Amino acid sequence: MLPLPEFTLHSPRTIDEALGLLAKPGAMIIAGGTDLLPNMKQGLHQPEHVVSLQHLAELRAIRVEQKVLVLGAMTSLAEVAEHEDVRKYATALAEAAGTVGGPHHRRMGTLGGNLCLDTRCRYYNQSQFWRSALGFCLKKDGEVCHVVEGGKKCVAAASNDTAAAAIALEAVLVIRGAQGVRRVAAGEFFVADGARNIAIARDELLVALEVPRVAKRVSAYEKLRRRGAIDFPLLSVAVRLDGSAVEVVVSALAAKPRRINGAQKLAATQVEAIAEAAARECNPMPNIDGDVAWRKQMVRVMVKRALVRAIGAAQPST
Amino acid sequence: MTLIPITLTINGDLTQVAVHASQTLLEVLRYELRLIGTKQGCDKGDCGACTVLLDGEPVLGCLTLALSCAGRSVTTVESIPRADPLLESFDCHGAGQCGFCTPGMLMTAKGLLAKEKKPSRDSIRAAISGNLCRCTGYGPIVEAIAAVGEGTVQPATEEKLPPPLPSYGAPRK
Ligand SMILES: Cc1cc2nc3c(=O)[nH]c(=O)nc-3n(C[C@H](O)[C@H](O)[C@H](O)COP(=O)(O)OP(=O)(O)OC[C@H]3O[C@@H](n4cnc5c(N)ncnc54)[C@H](O)[C@@H]3O)c2cc1C
Ligand code: SF4
Ligand code: FES
Ligand code: FES
Repeated sequence: MLPLPEFTLHSPRTIDEALGLLAKPGAMIIAGGTDLLPNMKQGLHQPEHVVSLQHLAELRAIRVEQKVLVLGAMTSLAEVAEHEDVRKYATALAEAAGTVGGPHHRRMGTLGGNLCLDTRCRYYNQSQFWRSALGFCLKKDGEVCHVVEGGKKCVAAASNDTAAAAIALEAVLVIRGAQGVRRVAAGEFFVADGARNIAIARDELLVALEVPRVAKRVSAYEKLRRRGAIDFPLLSVAVRLDGSAVEVVVSALAAKPRRINGAQKLAATQVEAIAEAAARECNPMPNIDGDVAWRKQMVRVMVKRALVRAIGAAQPST
Repeated sequence: MTLIPITLTINGDLTQVAVHASQTLLEVLRYELRLIGTKQGCDKGDCGACTVLLDGEPVLGCLTLALSCAGRSVTTVESIPRADPLLESFDCHGAGQCGFCTPGMLMTAKGLLAKEKKPSRDSIRAAISGNLCRCTGYGPIVEAIAAVGEGTVQPATEEKLPPPLPSYGAPRK
């Protein structure tokens, strides 16, 4: 049994009310709770106030606008995965959402919660007892990193499936705070700090994800994991093709998903060269499970798989 | 800790219960309402043993705050009548061995069968992919659910039914 620590639950009916509650010290947002609650049960977060977004119906819709697809932060991952327009205009995102956890997690978990997922590490996602036996670590309560000897910065892995897809699709996060609305490109939202890898303040609220609708654009997502369900990614790969231009993003490495620079100078059809560039630029670490050498070799394989599928989708069907 | 009274529908009955903010739906079902059919496995979202239907959808009771269920409808394994084709099918196919995963499997199956009258084996496998079973190897479970969709099992007749479950006293105060 893993009892939750004590807290006060708030269920605001408007975004403004939610923002007011988030200003309280030690307040945290709960969306689906599928990341926050297990983490609280392990003593990783002890918020005094938990602000539920359950009743903010306005955050729960998917809208197709002329230039963008707008996905509310509270849209369930199951809906993102199954929605026809998302599958069409943001294929990689729908595929990524469809690989998160198991069906229960996708029904309960939200897109906003996935984008704001806490980073993961084999030395962090453990019980209080386990972590205390090891003397804790930089990310919480400790002074050292057990992954990088002498490391001064936490390198816990971005383990959210939708992150790589959102970056590859040039999506924009719409964030509400006391000062109003601001927009951040997904490519800038995730930062290289495992302690907190998202550029959003604790008293701000992610409202929606906007994905541009671009004619003839195709995308695909591939995930490496041991079992076909439940497991977090051991590698997360999203690719986007605009004609011959290609973008490749690889995640589940460290805190910031990595855009493959080498791919940007190549044409989409140079599959081998792109996969080679990705393998050169990505260095998996022993921060999450899975043999590091195997994960490194699989970068090439997963990138190729995603590219081949995207190229196939770009071809007019005969 | 403040107790907050909520009203929710549990297995069709309007139920009032006082809960703490930090209590999960699973804890309230098992320890306040004595509905111990729903199992507590990992208690952190990994195994699916705690699956119940929330407004008809299979969810994890261990990751659902009880307070968030106010005004909603919860269906647990106790809702399944003793004579039920799904139970009989699990029995005939040997789909339960130690039985720990069974209540969760049954509720996931109920959620699926309510949406798809005759689910394919692939769709069954996908639906139960969040429910771990350490005993059966899943094959018998998939077959048991498929047989219900295909209508090849009947609920057990009265004389073949196991004795009713013992009842557990009044909810703990
Ligand atoms: C067994 C198991 C397996 C899993 N497997 C995967 C997996 O394979 N891939 C994966 O990506 N995830 C996985 N998850 C994690 C989780 O289920 C998903 O990431 C889910 O999308 C989280 O969404 P949520 O709504 O439940 O988030 P919550 O738990 O409610 O929130 C997560 C975090 O985001 C913050 N937050 C939520 N919404 C907002 C918002 N609108 N604005 C600002 N901050 C917000 C919360 O404060 C919290 O810190 C798994 C979880 C479990 C228990
Ligand atoms: S990467 Fe290092 S500091 Fe970060 S969680 Fe893991 S062990 Fe801790
Ligand atoms: S007890 Fe809820 S998923 Fe294991
Ligand atoms: S029957 Fe034992 S875990 Fe499934």
